[in-house]
Amino acid sequence: MALTENNQKSSACEEKRRPGIFPAEPFTFIGEVVIGWIDGLGTATVFLFMALLKTFRPKQLSKIIQQIYYIGARSTTIIMLVSLFTGMVLGLQSYHALIKFGAVGGLGALVSLSLIRELGPVLTAIMITARAGSAITAEIGIQRISEQVDALHTMRIDPFRYLISPRITAAIISFPLLTAVFDFIGIIGGYVSGVALLGLNAGVYSHSIQSNVDMKDLTDGFIKATVFAVIVATVCCYQGYYVHTRKDSHGAKAVGLATTSAVVTSCVLILVSDYVVTSLLLI
Amino acid sequence: MNTPLIEFKNITKRFGSQMVLQNVNLQIYEGQVTTIIGLSGSGKSVLLKHIIGLLKPDEGTILFHGKPLTEMKKSEIAALLSRISYMFQGNALFDSLTVYDNIALPLRETTNLKKAEIHRRVMARIEQTELIEASHKYPSELSGGMQKRVALARALITDPQIVLFDEPTTGQDPVRKNAILSMIAQYQRKFNFTAIMVSHEIPDVYFISNRILALYDKTIVFQGTPEELGNFDHPFNDEVIHSLEGLQKELTGLYSKRNFKILNHVQLKRRESGESYCVAVFTLTNLDAIISSMGHDAAQEVIHSMGVYIDKHFGAIGGFSTRRKNNEFVTVLPFSDIGEAENIMNDFVKDFQEQGISDIWAEAQKQAPLGKCVDFTIQAGIAQGKPTAEIDPVIDSAKSQQKEIGRLQCAVGE
Repeated sequence: MALTENNQKSSACEEKRRPGIFPAEPFTFIGEVVIGWIDGLGTATVFLFMALLKTFRPKQLSKIIQQIYYIGARSTTIIMLVSLFTGMVLGLQSYHALIKFGAVGGLGALVSLSLIRELGPVLTAIMITARAGSAITAEIGIQRISEQVDALHTMRIDPFRYLISPRITAAIISFPLLTAVFDFIGIIGGYVSGVALLGLNAGVYSHSIQSNVDMKDLTDGFIKATVFAVIVATVCCYQGYYVHTRKDSHGAKAVGLATTSAVVTSCVLILVSDYVVTSLLLI
Repeated sequence: MNTPLIEFKNITKRFGSQMVLQNVNLQIYEGQVTTIIGLSGSGKSVLLKHIIGLLKPDEGTILFHGKPLTEMKKSEIAALLSRISYMFQGNALFDSLTVYDNIALPLRETTNLKKAEIHRRVMARIEQTELIEASHKYPSELSGGMQKRVALARALITDPQIVLFDEPTTGQDPVRKNAILSMIAQYQRKFNFTAIMVSHEIPDVYFISNRILALYDKTIVFQGTPEELGNFDHPFNDEVIHSLEGLQKELTGLYSKRNFKILNHVQLKRRESGESYCVAVFTLTNLDAIISSMGHDAAQEVIHSMGVYIDKHFGAIGGFSTRRKNNEFVTVLPFSDIGEAENIMNDFVKDFQEQGISDIWAEAQKQAPLGKCVDFTIQAGIAQGKPTAEIDPVIDSAKSQQKEIGRLQCAVGE
């Protein structure tokens, strides 16, 4: 059945590709790529919904907690380190820029708003993608190619419930929490460079934050973090789960390429969705 | 015969343009060990994966108890699949879980049993498969044989009614291969499940299989007992059986049944009418007790050592031997009448009692838990035959005249 359809499709393509008046190849290629993208997007959306549906099944809590530990708790140190230096650099650069305009009193507001609205959610998401996202893809990918996923099927354990759902739920819980940690430590980093090293008054720094940061800034940041969590977890789980369907490679090489692909796609989608979400939140 | 438990009707499966199975028809009956044999890459695993629903056929119907799978409700299919377990060729153990957790996984995830009950069941399986010391290790820390046993324990933890074994002995040494097959046969008898196995291990699988299915050229060309397969006249016999069945058996070093028959035929054809030959039959008693007390590896080591010992003794004087059943060996002395054969046998018995039985026991003990011992005896009988007659009645006659030639008795307290 499938074979006949393929034959029909290929003969139809042959017909289209006959030398004629109009060169159709570039358009065919673009069409194929676009259809592939839409197809992938549809599959990933169904994948996400399937996983979210299984979150509320029994025996999920312990798996979710385990994944929160793995994705969230074990990423805390690297997030703290990155956020500290991000805040310090931001403080340093902003201090020298603001001092030219005599507006150094706004350093606290600049550092905190940059972190809470933009840098916190984005850098946290990218850091977790690098640390935990790649590991998720590799782990699920290896389980797929070594028939462990098939083994789950034969034991009547739903792989979506057992493997995918806890990871996506754990990411949705962990990302905003780690973003909060990033924001807090980043603001301390700004304090270290601006106040402790460059001599700005500590009261000015903290008052500037208190008077300029409101609740909407925080909720917007957390909304972004949640969106990034869904994107990163879905992309990384999807790439690992369907590693066996890759056409460019097989086995261990396919797992390697899937991991790279998961990290690159996640990072690109984080930045693209950041713009989209920011636009929507500013309306 | 009864309605088959599983039936394939005209099953066809393609991967892209490659046809893997074509119009496959087969029947599998309840409570039996059915083995699917065929060359590598002939589609045996694909066939097995259709039974458990990992693959769906492109054409044809799969029936369970006479009812097509396609006509069953989702809940019926789920209930049916819950009775089936699958042991993967590569074991498919979760490498991030310990042996204990791997075995407990199906119970934890698919039942509402209490923690204590799960622990009891898992520990029982761990003990039965001799994995107590490995229970807290990870699969990567285990040998291939132990990993197989973990996979077997996991497959049996839910007390399934049907167990599918995909090449369970791949990559094992001869003793271990036979230990795994023996273990499957023992559990099949004990738990009375239907075993469906894919294997290359000819003729070892014949000892444990009730039925053999031969997959050749994308379809099933033979269904029947191992004995019936011997009389099956088809290219499958020449191309597959001969290539898989070596001249000698890996475990014992003795001739395979087929080569034993050929050798016997050739030797006896040369004899003039009126000349006679003798057959000796050796039986190891208490094999099941050895298995249950000392484990499958030790039992296979006893069989291995016994085969080697018989071959060494009788091969040196022109005799040739084969393993006829799990615990039975047959030796032909083509140039001896009953008087000579009795003398040869007396020499053998003397050697065997002085050295043989202790050697066999020493080899077995290397594979057994420390301090374990079990009594066993070895019996032998001789009969004389004429080259013009069939060998089977002579073997039966030798068997009926068996008497004890060696006994291992454990010391009190062992």
